[in-house]
Amino acid sequence: MTLAIDAPKDHFRLSMLVYDTRYRSYTIQFIVLLLFFAFLVWLTNNTIANLAMRDKDINFDFLFNRAGYDIDQQLIPYTNDSTHGRALFVGLLNTLVVAFFGCLFATILGVFVGILRLSKNWLVARLMTVYIEVFRNVPLLLWIILTFVVFSETRPQPKDFRVTDEMIAAGQEPAANMLFGVIAVTNRGSSFPAPLVDRPLGTVTIATVPVNLTVVATLAILLASIWGNIVLRRRAKAVQEATGDRPVTWWKSLLILFAPVILFLAALGFHWDYPALKGFNFQGGITVAHSFTALVVALTLYSATYIAEAVRAGIMAISRGQSEASFALGLRPGRTMSLIVLPQALRVIIPPLISQYLNITKNTTLGMAISYLDLKGTLGGITLNQTGRELECMLLMMLIYLCLSLMISAAMNVFNAAVKLKER
Amino acid sequence: MNKSVLLGTVAAATIVAGSAFAGTLDDVKARGELICGSNTGLTGFGAPDASGNWAGFDVDLCRAVAAAVLGDPTKVKFVPTTGETRFTALASGEVDVLVRNSTWTFSRDNDLKLDFVAVNYYDGQGFMVKKDLGVSSAKELDGATVCIQTGTTTELNLADFFKSNNISYTPVTVADDSEAQRQYEAGACDAFTTDASGLASTRAAMADPANHIILPEIISKEPLGPVVRHGDNNWGDIVRWSYFALLIAEEKGITKANIDDIVKAATDDASYDPEVKRLLGVGDNDTGKLMGVDAKWAYNAIKAGGNYGEIFEANIGSATPIGLARGLNALWTEGGLQYAPPLR
Amino acid sequence: MADISFVRHQMLDPQAPPTSQSGVVKWLRENLFSGPLNSVLTILALISIYSLIKGAMPWLLNGVWNANSLTECRQIIADSGAAEVGGACWAMVRVRWNQFIYGLYPVAEYWRPTTAFALMFVALAPVLYYGLQRANALMAGIVGVLLVLALWGLGTDGYHIALSAAVMAGLTALAWVAPKKLVWVTLAFPAVAYWLLWGGSVWGTVGAVAGFGLFALVWSLTQRHVGVVVAAAIGLIAAVLWWSLVQSHITGVLAQWFPIELRYVRSDDFGGFLLAFVIGITAISASLPIGILLALGRQSNMLLVKTLSVSFIEFFRGVPLITVLFSANFMLLYFLPPRTNFDLILRVIIVVIIFASAYIAEVVRGGLAALPRGQYEAADALGLDYWQAQRLIIMPQALKISIPGIVSSFIGLFKDTTLVALVGLMDPLQGVRKIVLSDTAWRGIYWEPFIFVGVIFFVVCFSMSRYSMYLERKLKTDHR
Repeated sequence: MTLAIDAPKDHFRLSMLVYDTRYRSYTIQFIVLLLFFAFLVWLTNNTIANLAMRDKDINFDFLFNRAGYDIDQQLIPYTNDSTHGRALFVGLLNTLVVAFFGCLFATILGVFVGILRLSKNWLVARLMTVYIEVFRNVPLLLWIILTFVVFSETRPQPKDFRVTDEMIAAGQEPAANMLFGVIAVTNRGSSFPAPLVDRPLGTVTIATVPVNLTVVATLAILLASIWGNIVLRRRAKAVQEATGDRPVTWWKSLLILFAPVILFLAALGFHWDYPALKGFNFQGGITVAHSFTALVVALTLYSATYIAEAVRAGIMAISRGQSEASFALGLRPGRTMSLIVLPQALRVIIPPLISQYLNITKNTTLGMAISYLDLKGTLGGITLNQTGRELECMLLMMLIYLCLSLMISAAMNVFNAAVKLKER
Repeated sequence: MNKSVLLGTVAAATIVAGSAFAGTLDDVKARGELICGSNTGLTGFGAPDASGNWAGFDVDLCRAVAAAVLGDPTKVKFVPTTGETRFTALASGEVDVLVRNSTWTFSRDNDLKLDFVAVNYYDGQGFMVKKDLGVSSAKELDGATVCIQTGTTTELNLADFFKSNNISYTPVTVADDSEAQRQYEAGACDAFTTDASGLASTRAAMADPANHIILPEIISKEPLGPVVRHGDNNWGDIVRWSYFALLIAEEKGITKANIDDIVKAATDDASYDPEVKRLLGVGDNDTGKLMGVDAKWAYNAIKAGGNYGEIFEANIGSATPIGLARGLNALWTEGGLQYAPPLR
Repeated sequence: MADISFVRHQMLDPQAPPTSQSGVVKWLRENLFSGPLNSVLTILALISIYSLIKGAMPWLLNGVWNANSLTECRQIIADSGAAEVGGACWAMVRVRWNQFIYGLYPVAEYWRPTTAFALMFVALAPVLYYGLQRANALMAGIVGVLLVLALWGLGTDGYHIALSAAVMAGLTALAWVAPKKLVWVTLAFPAVAYWLLWGGSVWGTVGAVAGFGLFALVWSLTQRHVGVVVAAAIGLIAAVLWWSLVQSHITGVLAQWFPIELRYVRSDDFGGFLLAFVIGITAISASLPIGILLALGRQSNMLLVKTLSVSFIEFFRGVPLITVLFSANFMLLYFLPPRTNFDLILRVIIVVIIFASAYIAEVVRGGLAALPRGQYEAADALGLDYWQAQRLIIMPQALKISIPGIVSSFIGLFKDTTLVALVGLMDPLQGVRKIVLSDTAWRGIYWEPFIFVGVIFFVVCFSMSRYSMYLERKLKTDHR
């Protein structure tokens, strides 16, 4: 009897490709690769044949043609003489701005609701449960449409704000008043006062997008002030650690934070441009259409329920001993929540939060139900419709959304890695 | 094995690629059914009713074409298309003909590789405003908020109109007709612009039609008509002449009710109007042969829903809640634009 | 020594707690007014509830149920003197409810989708409570009774009611006698539901099912000799050959000899909640196997397989459903062999399956990740090969953990079916509403369809989410 001490000699045989687990995976991968390429070739062929049959081609030249339509919300200058490519960018910016505000407000609301749902107040806890269940279990599309309708049905028309001479003579009040006398919420949109300066620094145009130097300068000064404040506080902390006494910093902080900006703006002749009723509409100020507001509100209300559930699960995952320890240290419930429980819960909350941010970004496309002209509305809507280039538009649109999603999840993953429990 | 399958597919694909969409007629006959691209629901022009039957002005034209080709107006399948999906549905062969209030424009004709074969409704874009706005002309709408439906030619016309008159406006794009009506009634826009037919029917459905006026300016030409794929001329001819048959029928006073009597009279009377005879395939007249359809094609088309005038009156005419006047769509003999070439 | 001057000999009777510490007052104090912040919150909550009720109640209560058009509704409301507050025109719902539920499905055939819906619960029963005699039988029995009531309410003819009742009674008996055999009902359900919904000759469906039977037969015969994957490939080829070459001849003959058929209903006639359910349920059940394969692919050691799976999953999770739906409309026909044409609903279902499988893959991956490493190692130690280990050890546990995730994916998908209106299908929220509104009788109505559809969505989704929570709790116990 012999003992098999050495592994069997490797004489490679073809059958080993199937039966030997060491080589089998190569066989499988090779076949998969072959099938995959065959599939790709098949798709490409079909597409070419179909294009030929319909007498079409794949051509992105339309992006440089005149668009011809107007967009009501434009963050970069755009007229109907601009190109389809520019319309795409206007749409993309509209998508991004909705997604940004949606994520921001949904997070704030979601955290509040999640905490309130765990409140000891019976009524409030129940009310939050009802809110969460109602909003989660009805399609978002319905909420978007309803929010929009509520805005346009319940707010007064611009003409209700009008004050005529007869009305003053008769001592009548107009049918509707502006909020604090400066903000007008009509059934078309909300007009806010706009900041204006008398002596602007001018603009530079970078890649056809004009950049307002005044805004850039203001932001730069603000950032510098914030940095200065951080330095100040760090110094104060160093002093505190060395001597045990914390120097008084609050008025220095205030001075550093606000004085430079105020001085700068005053030098430029800062004033507010208040919206006023002229002709059919409010003119002046910044007007935000209700399609935008409604979309943000509906996305916020809907997504906040998911975030609230994530927050609740996160809080419940923190052991009770943590908050008891905190109470024992004499912290009040509010500070216990913000200093002890939430920071720990954050680690549980962030992964579902990432997927909610992705969902919000993708759900902005539903704005088409209320004709918010986002990327889907411009590139995938009117442009597609006017040019008939469905293949190009859809591919481009999917690519852009894909990039957006990947960027968001990449950014959030970095953040997640930063707050993750550092195990040593 | 993979390779040979692949090569086979490639070869097959290349062969088919040579023959573009031809022979829609054969397809329809083989299928025994006409597939008609329709609206997802537009009052008076095309929508399913409470019992699920499609009805409307455009729908009746589809039925007439089905009757002309297949001899049976019920053999139509209606595929609802949205403003965005309609031309793709046609180009990809999903529908045989698109009868969905689509405007005939240069770019659609040339760039989209489609053929508009007739104009079954002459429309134009207009404005509706509330009376208390105190506006009597569209040129006074400087700075106004205007509701428009997206995905149509109207937004382009609107931009051009305001540009050429050097006045400004705020567009409020809306998804569909009922949404536009609601927004306009709520006062979310000062003016509502769409095709004049749409304005009239919207106004008619309001609780207080007297408080709304349609401004005199018609800022565009909107010839609406059936569309077929570019390149299949025979099929285009069939759709075009099915429509013309309805027009000729109205011109000659042939209605759904009296058509059988007229056929009888024409058969008996040798000196009867020869065009009517040709139209109805009386005697040895067979106009259908050239198009590849039955000799009775026009008879069937007219029998399906009546002549053009009857279809108009039944769906959108003054007796209906929509209450449109014939206007431009009257026969040329009555001062309108509807004019059919002679059938000979 | 101190003198004890007083020693009490009997205890005092227990005193009633002060009023502030008992009964309603205590409950109120503890639960509603325990502090200034809580009191403010309570008052705010009360105010918001009150204003909501005050705003909506009169309108809801003034609803008109008997009218034939909106004008009539308005007239009735005005006559009742409630023109100020207005009122809902529920008459629209009464007249058109069937289109919201069934779309343009032929009225005489309503019993078919209804029966299919009821059968779905019986088919689900083995998944929900496998082998539990009482629960299964109870489920089948209750569903059967409800079905008969529903069919009676729909005005179905007696023959079909009797037939449906007999089938449901049979299933109830089966659930009672041999609850484990109900799995066969689950397996047969897709075919039965397909036949009930679309109709046509029964033999076409039977032929298609026979293809799957052939696949299973070939697979089980060859699997031992050539391995799971190759056996599946051979089985697939056999099934495809059957479907493409043999089936039509045999079923054609059978259809002539035994013509059993239902009236054929085109998928274009599907609409309303029927459409939502068809898309949602087909997509979730078909995406489950694909999703499992993708999840396994993502965990695979093979670089290429892993890369492909990850790109597939991330691509479809990265794009909005709307773009995918539009692709079904615009692009799918470009990618298929020229002149292929099949109806839009089928195309939409296909892309929704692909879309959902990416999400299911992530849910299943979560389940796989939750399994302790020891389970994999134990399977290896037992000498099981990859597929055996997956089938016997890993998947049963991983899927069990993923059930709540799968249910919530389904809820999400079901809600998302409202988007199909954007490509021209008749979903309840937009498609059917548009049809109803284009009727001159109901033109101008606004809130009622939204409320009606919203309430149904809420009821369906809410009950599903409650069920998934119940499952979550039930499954938790045996893992901790």
